[in-house]
Amino acid sequence: MEFKFEIEGGNFSKAGSASSEVKKILKQLNVNPKIIKRTVVSLYEAEVNVVAHAFEGNMNVDIDTDKIVVKIEDRGPGIPDIDQAMQEGYSTATPQVREMGFGAGMGLPNIKRNSDKMNITSKVDVGTELEIINYFG
Amino acid sequence: MIVQDIVEKLGLKVCSGANGLNREIEGGYTSDLLSDVMGNADENHVWVTLQTHKNIMAIASLKELAAIVLVKGYEPEADAAEQSNEEGIPILSSEEEAFELTGKLYEIINQAK
Ligand SMILES: Nc1ncnc2c1ncn2[C@@H]1O[C@H](COP(=O)(O)OP(=O)(O)OP(=O)(O)O)[C@@H](O)[C@H]1O
Ligand SMILES: [Mg+2]
Repeated sequence: MEFKFEIEGGNFSKAGSASSEVKKILKQLNVNPKIIKRTVVSLYEAEVNVVAHAFEGNMNVDIDTDKIVVKIEDRGPGIPDIDQAMQEGYSTATPQVREMGFGAGMGLPNIKRNSDKMNITSKVDVGTELEIINYFG
Repeated sequence: MIVQDIVEKLGLKVCSGANGLNREIEGGYTSDLLSDVMGNADENHVWVTLQTHKNIMAIASLKELAAIVLVKGYEPEADAAEQSNEEGIPILSSEEEAFELTGKLYEIINQAK
């Protein structure tokens, strides 16, 4: 099954809505609640990163009998140094975004902990592509 | 222990989501950093924070938290309150600061266990 959701850069009031849709679908499919929880954390962080750091993006969800594969692609500034971005506490979030409680530099580490596989590729001034895979078994 | 119990014991104001006052509480988490809450809070936790915008409800809903308690008399923004009513996840408010409130909540919740 495949689904696609749009993500608007800068629109914080909608942040989390794509993740929420995916959560509903996984619940309907009776996926193990523990795996739903992990997936929801990963997808939310990826979705918010597009809202906070990029211009626009989309979330492509592919649900198989044994796994969920999600690709989050965006058009945006890209990530110059992925190893640095993966470090807990590293953030380039603006002061306004930090005031809202974002920008702890914990999103990517949360994704790492809550996914079975995580791949990031990024091109500066073009955009970022993040793939998250979680197995149901 | 349900949300209504902490409302009564701590004299909290129910700002929104009164239809969720019977939700079960199993623990809590105190933080104003959203990713910290996303990564560390758990289902049926009460979340103590000073953040009042709509994203707190996105997190509460995705994590299936029991309730949010705002500190220092803060009130939720209108769209946060609206989502709280829709989802039946209460947003409560306390006049106290996070330190005092968390201490009291910790005691009450642990006594009930
Ligand atoms: N999609 C993206 N486009 C551009 N830069 C990104 C993207 N995702 C992450 N980054 C960069 O990586 C850094 C770390 O991301 P991470 O999600 O860990 O923290 P954060 O978003 O800054 O804060 P938090 O997630 O804790 O609210 C970001 O500050 C940003 O510089
Ligand atoms: Mg982030």
